[in-house]
Amino acid sequence: MFDWFRTDIIREYLPLFMQGLGTTVELTLIGVTVGTVLGLLLGLGKLAAAERGSWRWILRWGVRLPSQIYVAFFRGTPLFVQILLIHFALVPLLIHPENGLLIQREWALFLKREYGAFISGALALSLNAAAYIAEIFRAGIQSIDVGQFEAARSLGLNYFQTMKSIIIPQAFRRMLPPLGNEAITLLKDSSLVSAIGLAELAYAARTAAGAYSRYWEPYLFISLIYLMITLVMSYGVHRLEQRYKTQ
Amino acid sequence: MITVQGLQKFFGAKQVLQDVFCEIRDNEVICVIGPSGSGKSTFLRCLNALERPEAGLIQIDQFTVTDRQADFNLLRSHVGMVFQRFNLFPHKTVLENITLAPMQVKKLTQAEAERIARDLLQRVGLAEKEQAYPHQLSGGQQQRVAIARALAMEPQILLFDEPTSALDPEMVGEVLDVMKSLAHGGKTMIVVTHEMGFARQVSDRIFFMDAGQIVETGSPEKIFNNPTSERTRSFLSKIL
Repeated sequence: MFDWFRTDIIREYLPLFMQGLGTTVELTLIGVTVGTVLGLLLGLGKLAAAERGSWRWILRWGVRLPSQIYVAFFRGTPLFVQILLIHFALVPLLIHPENGLLIQREWALFLKREYGAFISGALALSLNAAAYIAEIFRAGIQSIDVGQFEAARSLGLNYFQTMKSIIIPQAFRRMLPPLGNEAITLLKDSSLVSAIGLAELAYAARTAAGAYSRYWEPYLFISLIYLMITLVMSYGVHRLEQRYKTQ
Repeated sequence: MITVQGLQKFFGAKQVLQDVFCEIRDNEVICVIGPSGSGKSTFLRCLNALERPEAGLIQIDQFTVTDRQADFNLLRSHVGMVFQRFNLFPHKTVLENITLAPMQVKKLTQAEAERIARDLLQRVGLAEKEQAYPHQLSGGQQQRVAIARALAMEPQILLFDEPTSALDPEMVGEVLDVMKSLAHGGKTMIVVTHEMGFARQVSDRIFFMDAGQIVETGSPEKIFNNPTSERTRSFLSKIL
């Protein structure tokens, strides 16, 4: 009865699909992890301000403005364009056998051959996620009652102690649901890196589709996989929201 | 010893403090009274540099608070503050709320800090609540924890910013009792309050503030029974 749906294609290409799934999950995990760390720094950078002295000037132009420009760029341009820009322009500038700014010679050759697209893809997704997560952090930190900050400072805690012990732990709880949503977005957006030849889920589907000129089977199959993962993640986010709503 | 001279503070174009002068001796208990919007809280917040005045001088013991280079963190561990809305840390237990600053600022060990915290909880009558979280406590209990938290840094000066204004009436007494037990116990206390009974009973001197100035100062007897300023008289006639 499912004659029109050729499951044999799925079966034949299953190893490629599974490998693609692995890469997709890896990219998402790296993106969320690196994006969260970088996003926290950027979020704090966007809020950085000193009450007095030369620090005021340094923070204004050396920290706050660059953070704002970074976030504006990565939120204001398409991820797809960022991926191409990073893969074909930025990464070759940094990693190149002859004149890479970071890595040269055999090492560069090796990295390019073995992990070329993966490095670019993971970098692009991480940098992009960091911009969105920075905004989540900024909003989370600003949602904390100013009285918390004043109470901590009036006890003699300095700015960093206040942030570390009082503000960020409270803000983090409020940020978990939006962070979960960002992870879901990242998982879906990771399909864009198939454009630079990285063998994740969408790439596996394209390969299978190309071999048989059949499109329903591979693309429906990976849609189902994406859907299952995002449903599980949504459920997790929902649980988090419930849990912190009661507190 | 606290000396304040010519203190001026603006919020935008609005001047909330105009030329505040006063001197407060060690171990004095001062109550600051006056109509709302008279600058009482702003004056208090200038004393531990939560607000930055536009002009004037504040000298608290060795600290020149109005000096831009002053070490505010050191100053603030010398001058404790209790807030109207308690501002306990909701993600920490009662015990952690109290031990946090002594451990991070004074670098006490956890055992030392907890010993001090338990002593203080005993004093404010909440020894059995050390593992509770703030949201599990009543307002009066939260404010008593906040007082213990401020005391844990062993400040020489304690500032109270309307400590009973956010409380249900039946909880005001327990907080005032704790504050009474602290008065004349070797600390300077400056209390912004609307509790006239407390002010009359506990203060050494009362500051009456109106329109951003300290209009009149004096003993409770003088302020309540025989005020010299017409503004003081009119304020007291409205509330007593």
